[in-house]
Amino acid sequence: SPQQIICLHLTLSPFHNLQELRHSASLANKVFIQRDYSEGTTCKFQTKFPIELESRIERTLFEDTVKTLNNFYAEAEKIGGQSYLEGCLACTTAYLIFLCIETRYEKVLKKIANYIQEQNEKIYAPRGLVITDPIERGMRVIEISIYEDRGSCGSSSGSSSVSGSTAR
Amino acid sequence: MSAVMITRKVRKWEKLPGKNTFCCDGRVMMARQKGVFYLTLFLIVGTCALFFAFECPYLAVHLSPTIPVFAALLFLFVLAMLLRTSFSDPGVLPRALPEEASFIEMEIEAANGNVPAGQRPPPRIRNVEINNQIVKLKYCYTCKIFRPPRASHCSICDNCVDRFDHHCPWVGNCVGKRNYRYFYLFTLSLSLLTIYIFTFNIVHVVMRSVDNGFLNTLKETPGTVLEVLVCFFTLWSVVGLTGFHTYLISLNQTTNEDIKGSWSGKNRVQNPYSHKNMIKNCCEVLCGPTYPSVLDRRGLMQLSPVSEFSANDTDASPCSSSTDSSNSSKTLPSTKRAILCLHKPRPPPIRNNPTSDDLKASITDTAHTSPAHSQAEESSAAKTPPLATPETDAEASVAKSH
Repeated sequence: SPQQIICLHLTLSPFHNLQELRHSASLANKVFIQRDYSEGTTCKFQTKFPIELESRIERTLFEDTVKTLNNFYAEAEKIGGQSYLEGCLACTTAYLIFLCIETRYEKVLKKIANYIQEQNEKIYAPRGLVITDPIERGMRVIEISIYEDRGSCGSSSGSSSVSGSTAR
Repeated sequence: MSAVMITRKVRKWEKLPGKNTFCCDGRVMMARQKGVFYLTLFLIVGTCALFFAFECPYLAVHLSPTIPVFAALLFLFVLAMLLRTSFSDPGVLPRALPEEASFIEMEIEAANGNVPAGQRPPPRIRNVEINNQIVKLKYCYTCKIFRPPRASHCSICDNCVDRFDHHCPWVGNCVGKRNYRYFYLFTLSLSLLTIYIFTFNIVHVVMRSVDNGFLNTLKETPGTVLEVLVCFFTLWSVVGLTGFHTYLISLNQTTNEDIKGSWSGKNRVQNPYSHKNMIKNCCEVLCGPTYPSVLDRRGLMQLSPVSEFSANDTDASPCSSSTDSSNSSKTLPSTKRAILCLHKPRPPPIRNNPTSDDLKASITDTAHTSPAHSQAEESSAAKTPPLATPETDAEASVAKSH
């Protein structure tokens, strides 16, 4: 059917890079991946695959991204020898040393930002998705923006929508 | 052809909601009422100044020069800890942007199902399991989020603060996840400083009285009397406070939880955050990682007066990220189309499909509307559940304090 053909076209959509995505597509929806508090207050996100992304990206890719992010945060918040050393040394300088050097957490946050940028460019933008760094949302959620290509879609409403229900 | 956008760049702290005051272009963040903080500063600096003026010359000569040196180091440490506690972000959680808020609202609506007319909807609580204990997460109507565990809303600063301990007027700021260790070190070092000054005041008076007599000594060094008075009253309060917080740290509890009795009592949940080992708890609180601020006070954002482009100041994300292309000066061949496409993200179209699989079967699909159609937009806007207020919620109707 014509609707199915349009759906197929969009999954092979021509978003070659992030900038092209933002300029020629319109935002259709946003999904928010919530925090997973089962292990306490450490930063960890749920790896449950949202329904809205079912037609957009493979489950394994998504889970890999979230698991890698969780590993990064676990590394940043690890309480062990290195964090004790950092804490005690900093205390002896009345924490003034943090005006000069970067904390371990800040270093990991930079790695995370680079990772998300790389994931967006390689995996998510070609599928019409953009991940927002959780730090820009208060480390509460991973916001995934879902874009639709306006040009080729024309006025067909809902067919290319991100919900799995229309694909049935 | 390229569109000209007249935009004004401001720092994000200027647009932050909440009742904080910011100084030094966003580097310093404090509560609004700072009077008591100035008093604290005055007492500490004043008392130490008197100590250095009256006691130290005598003690350095008659006892040891290391006494004033150590006092100076201790004084500087106390000051550094105080300023660090007062000026830093305690761990404020930013409020939910409109899309996130409506996403949460929709999840709540879906979870509640159909509420019979006239009945109050159930209280907004999410249960999570942490280390085999059930912890309830409450919904914050001001910030429009479900508060993470251990977070609480400070009514004085009007912010949700992570691992909220208490709002301390003496330091002029909330005490939360990011500045708790500085607060503790401040009370600890202040206790030591107070005991130190008090002890050496006594020593000084005794030593001088042996030579000159008690009353003459007091006449020669009037500052001593003042110092002893201040130290005496400070000792009881600050040392007591340090002891109390040492107790809390060893149990990995916050003042807020202790006051509310969250983990005490037979029928209550046991503290799921405690490692059941005092040393481990202390290490986690005092030597744990230094958490970053998620507020990004000094980031830049754009305020555009042109409504078409409506880079609304509540949606700062496109402007702050360095990868954002809307700031790029690249002109595309289809610039006109690009401008029309770049609009403020609307709340997601109404979808009754919650992420929970259990409810999927019971919820019926509603017709989807494309965001491109304004007609559909109106109907979808009408269908958006009104963001609830505390009055409509049964839980909030019970008098409770934050």
